[in-house]
Amino acid sequence: MNSTAPLLKASRLHIGYNKGKKEEKVLAGPLELAIHAGQLICLLGPNGAGKSTLIRTLAGLQPAISGTVETGGKNINRLHPKERAKRLSMVLTGRVEAGNLNAYSVIALGRFPYTNWLGAMQPDDLKIVQWAMQTTDTTSYADRKMIELSDGESQKVMLARALVQDTPVIILDEPTAHLDLPNRISLMRLLHQLAKATGKGILLSTHDLDLALQSADEVWLQRNDGQFTIGAPEDIVLNGTFEAAFHKEGFAFDKNSGTFIIHNNVGKPIRLEGEGAAFFWTKRALLREGFAVTDEAAAGIQIIESGNTLQWKYNNETHNTIAALLAQLRTHYGIH
Amino acid sequence: MNVAIHTATGKYNWTASIGKMTALALLLLIVFLMDVAFGSVSIPLRNVLDIMLSGKAENPAWLYIIKEIRIPKAITAVIAGCALPVSGLQMQTLFRNPLASPSILGISAGAGLGVALVMLSAGSVTTIYAISELGISGTWLLLLAGSLGAAAIMLLILGISVRIRDNVIMLVVGVMIGNITLSIISIWQYFSSPEQVKDYLIWTFGSLGGVTGSQLYLLATVVAVGLLIAFASSKVLDTLLLGEQYARSMGLTINNARLLIIGSTSLLAGSVTAFCGPISFIGIAVPHLARSLFNTSDHRVLTPACCLMGTSLMLICDIASQLPGSNSVLPINVITSLIGSPIVIWIIMSRNNLKNSFR
Repeated sequence: MNSTAPLLKASRLHIGYNKGKKEEKVLAGPLELAIHAGQLICLLGPNGAGKSTLIRTLAGLQPAISGTVETGGKNINRLHPKERAKRLSMVLTGRVEAGNLNAYSVIALGRFPYTNWLGAMQPDDLKIVQWAMQTTDTTSYADRKMIELSDGESQKVMLARALVQDTPVIILDEPTAHLDLPNRISLMRLLHQLAKATGKGILLSTHDLDLALQSADEVWLQRNDGQFTIGAPEDIVLNGTFEAAFHKEGFAFDKNSGTFIIHNNVGKPIRLEGEGAAFFWTKRALLREGFAVTDEAAAGIQIIESGNTLQWKYNNETHNTIAALLAQLRTHYGIH
Repeated sequence: MNVAIHTATGKYNWTASIGKMTALALLLLIVFLMDVAFGSVSIPLRNVLDIMLSGKAENPAWLYIIKEIRIPKAITAVIAGCALPVSGLQMQTLFRNPLASPSILGISAGAGLGVALVMLSAGSVTTIYAISELGISGTWLLLLAGSLGAAAIMLLILGISVRIRDNVIMLVVGVMIGNITLSIISIWQYFSSPEQVKDYLIWTFGSLGGVTGSQLYLLATVVAVGLLIAFASSKVLDTLLLGEQYARSMGLTINNARLLIIGSTSLLAGSVTAFCGPISFIGIAVPHLARSLFNTSDHRVLTPACCLMGTSLMLICDIASQLPGSNSVLPINVITSLIGSPIVIWIIMSRNNLKNSFR
């Protein structure tokens, strides 16, 4: 897949912004980046690392401190805005403030670089609008006003508009930021499928780390200290760079489950016997209560699984729910 | 059936719009006729129609009144009724502010400053009578000064609006800039003769009656150019509704777009203000009326809709200003404020209106 020329390529790129007249603030660099056809790339990093700056620089909306961004063999900053808009489309974070436009009009605006001075739609334009609405599942609210749409629906409309722009590269700046979990998942899945089905190169920045790790073909990890790592999500997790980038006091990343852990495994030691989902969730409950699950502890909980029923046994008492088990533990340890 | 197809695809329903446009055009025709028919001298409607259609009349005084006074005044109302709402519409989209309009953001005051500059430095007076006494070159100068004054304030406001995103604060800033401009004119007035002060006051009342003959053609041409640019920037304005970032990502050259819109707005608001005085509230109210009647933000629909609704409203204001049944004529600005202010209050009160357009 990566044997073909990249759709977007950055060489010796330093990103940053001008701080006052002669001072430059370099956020990261030199970067060698490439977006290939069919790739879904997630740009991850803590707040303030410069994800938006990188996205804006790659999209040609902000000049680089040094280095070049090329698409189709041409420097993106030297392209006519209309030509650039035929190579690269964007979806931004947050809602678009055009409540009086209906979803269809917004999607159709994506044809801007192709239509004549009056924006008249030709049959081919209409065809691609129909396709984009079907692909993003927005057909059913085509005639609803933007103000009437939920955040998730609104973001899908903006994505449909980017598809209508018919560009090899789509860049999304935190598209999932204001969405609820089901909408986040469905948007990420849609982007993943789009990359595979259409061969577009898709780059998105996001804070949804576990969703990104699940769906990205490649992860770009931008750190606060200017370090930049590129790799398959699994590699980045296993070699510890992922954990290091998001390291903060008080929580940790668990490589085994691929999630961040609020409660460190420190506290009163307790043993847990069991397996599967029951073990996992019981352990979560215990960690929350301030226990450390370890095999060396004397006191232990036993999970009894028989058929469809689960029971928890501790100190010769048997409980039918985790809540009841926790209640006993609380009285036993004097936790209030 | 047409409606069903429309709702299935979300495409704009042109059939319904054309129906509404036709109705508005009919209304325009009727009020135009009424505006010409009513006046301090009562002329029978049959004779008015005769004069308008054949250009002949038994009574030469009636012929003169209709041809030289009332028709030019009605045409001026049509021109102002197209220019002010369309410039308001463009400003509302450009600033993404539902309360933007030439009179509120000080653009009219800027045009007034330009006019005062020409009139007072020429040693002449700022009145409609003085305007009609100016030669064609003086008229050009006046138009240019009005438009440049409008453009200067427009650029200033735009520069500030880049820093201030809050609609209400922006509004207050605009009002203040308008005030500063007006004080500069006032200082100028203070050092002018009492006649000039009086004449300036008359100019600020606004009048549709001062534009005749070749000046009317000139004003019509300038406004026509402004309207053409406005209509040609429909696609650009639609794209700007999504916000600057999206517009840029879709291939819009923002600075060119801004210049185009500022140019057209300044021509429209500047020229009309130069000739008719600062006519307020038409520019802010009509775009909102058009949006609610046509239920769209598509500028290809809104621009002609603003023209049709604006002209009708302007003509109705002009009819009202003649206080039917009496011989006195109220200044046009009084009437537009009287009719326009409640509309503006309604816009602010119904939060949906504020929200829907730009949020």
